[in-house]
Amino acid sequence: MNAFLHNFFDWQLIGQVLPDLLGYGLRNTLVLAVASALLGSVIGMVLAVMGLSHRWWLRLPARIYTDLFRGLPAALTILIVGEGVFSAQVSWLTSPYPVAILAMSLMSGAYIGEIFRSGIQSVDKGQGEACRALGLTHGQALRLVVVPQGVRRVLPAMVNQFIAIIKDSSLVYFLGLVTSQRELFRIGQDDAMTTGNLSPLLATGLCYLLLTVPLTHLVNSIDRRLREGSRPAAATDEPSLVDPKEALV
Amino acid sequence: MTTPDVAVPSHSHRYEGTSLEARDVRMRFGPVEVLRGADLLAPAGEVVCVIGPSGSGKSTLLRCLNGLETRSAGRILLGGEDTSTMDINVLRQRVGMVFQHFNLFPHKTAAQNIMLALRHVKKMPQEQAEAIARQRLRDVGLADRAGHRPTQLSGGQQQRVAIARALAMEPQVMLFDEVTSALDPELVKGILQLMADLARGGMTMVVVTHEMGFARKVADTVVFMDAGVVVESGPPEQIFDAPSSPRLKTFLSQVL
Ligand SMILES: Nc1ncnc2c1ncn2[C@@H]1O[C@H](COP(=O)(O)OP(=O)(O)O)[C@@H](O)[C@H]1O
Ligand SMILES: [Mg+2]
Repeated sequence: MNAFLHNFFDWQLIGQVLPDLLGYGLRNTLVLAVASALLGSVIGMVLAVMGLSHRWWLRLPARIYTDLFRGLPAALTILIVGEGVFSAQVSWLTSPYPVAILAMSLMSGAYIGEIFRSGIQSVDKGQGEACRALGLTHGQALRLVVVPQGVRRVLPAMVNQFIAIIKDSSLVYFLGLVTSQRELFRIGQDDAMTTGNLSPLLATGLCYLLLTVPLTHLVNSIDRRLREGSRPAAATDEPSLVDPKEALV
Repeated sequence: MTTPDVAVPSHSHRYEGTSLEARDVRMRFGPVEVLRGADLLAPAGEVVCVIGPSGSGKSTLLRCLNGLETRSAGRILLGGEDTSTMDINVLRQRVGMVFQHFNLFPHKTAAQNIMLALRHVKKMPQEQAEAIARQRLRDVGLADRAGHRPTQLSGGQQQRVAIARALAMEPQVMLFDEVTSALDPELVKGILQLMADLARGGMTMVVVTHEMGFARKVADTVVFMDAGVVVESGPPEQIFDAPSSPRLKTFLSQVL
């Protein structure tokens, strides 16, 4: 029993790995996650706007893209995109980071696009109509009125997506990392292998929780605030084009 | 919260109303022909009230007038000019619209609601847009509500902001689609008063309404629609006191 516990709670080993984890592992994980989330949001916004277009030749590619990247395992995407880019042998591309960020952005963009799209669609149709009735273009209506309202509503889903990105960033080790490039997972894994003890992984897990648990609570508090920030019915009601009693048509 | 929702004194605004005409407008939603050749003429500075049962196509006709719906046939003339070659966003600047559910932007204050299109459609500088917003809010009796969000306003106040927002674009025609239907009864009068003032100021108005008293008092022409066509139209006295078609008689017997 003692040996079993020792396998997880070797304080000395945990103490040894912590400086690396907190020193650069945490930073590297955050760099990967934040960059991927930002670029993924840009991709997602483009996908959402395309997906809501009236033109099928904009909707179709967005649909195919989304189905593709949501349908593949993260590990596979990172490996294919990563090795694919490396095989092109671009001379200035030596670090796996840009490639990993690209792969994760492509992937999270598909999810974020769906989040944005549902957010935009949840905005009362009357908002867009009011814009158009004032002479705003479709793009202006989206940018100035519809998207700002939709985005507020999808904040919880976005934070959840960010948590998923943080966790997926561990897969970047597939692409080969030199010592200082290692993120949380790789550092813990390396130490666990060299010491034959699981304690470094436990420490790594704690570092992930350090990031994700506060975010989870952030989601809950945003959720609560959105629910409590009630609006009067008149302003948010679906404007009924169709009267309930269709007497004479 | 002391701003009254009752009549505001009319302001000395003069509006440059322009004529608006719909000729044989047709519109279908899928297989259903909702407008089957509707005609309507609102001469410059006059008020046309559109009445008729639910589902008769009143809203659809109104929405065809500013291109919110795309008609399948027919012509819309603004100031005698065919609008089919006109830039749709220019047409919409010239033809303002107020909705049943106000459709104010909830993330913006009353003043910002008015300023948005001034800034981004008319490309006005911030200060100018702000000055106009304040003026327009004063015109509708909401000078002290400029910084309020829609949620902080009563239904009547929200509808006033919506009217001010449309008027700030200096349209030549105003469309109203059952703008008092979502209001508490005690707030209806104030909005109707505001619209009557607007009419007196020379604005061309097309008003879809269930307020027969308003139609009788303010309209120059009342148009009765049923099943996607204009069945009968004429001055209010004729429509209300001497209806000729059986359908209009039936309708009036139900609503009066
Ligand atoms: N977006 C829509 N899609 C399908 N049918 C619609 C739509 N809007 C209105 N209709 C139909 O068109 C007809 C006329 O509607 P509408 O113009 O709203 O009538 P009214 O304003 O006179 O009550 C109704 O039968 C309604 O069901
Ligand atoms: Mg209607």
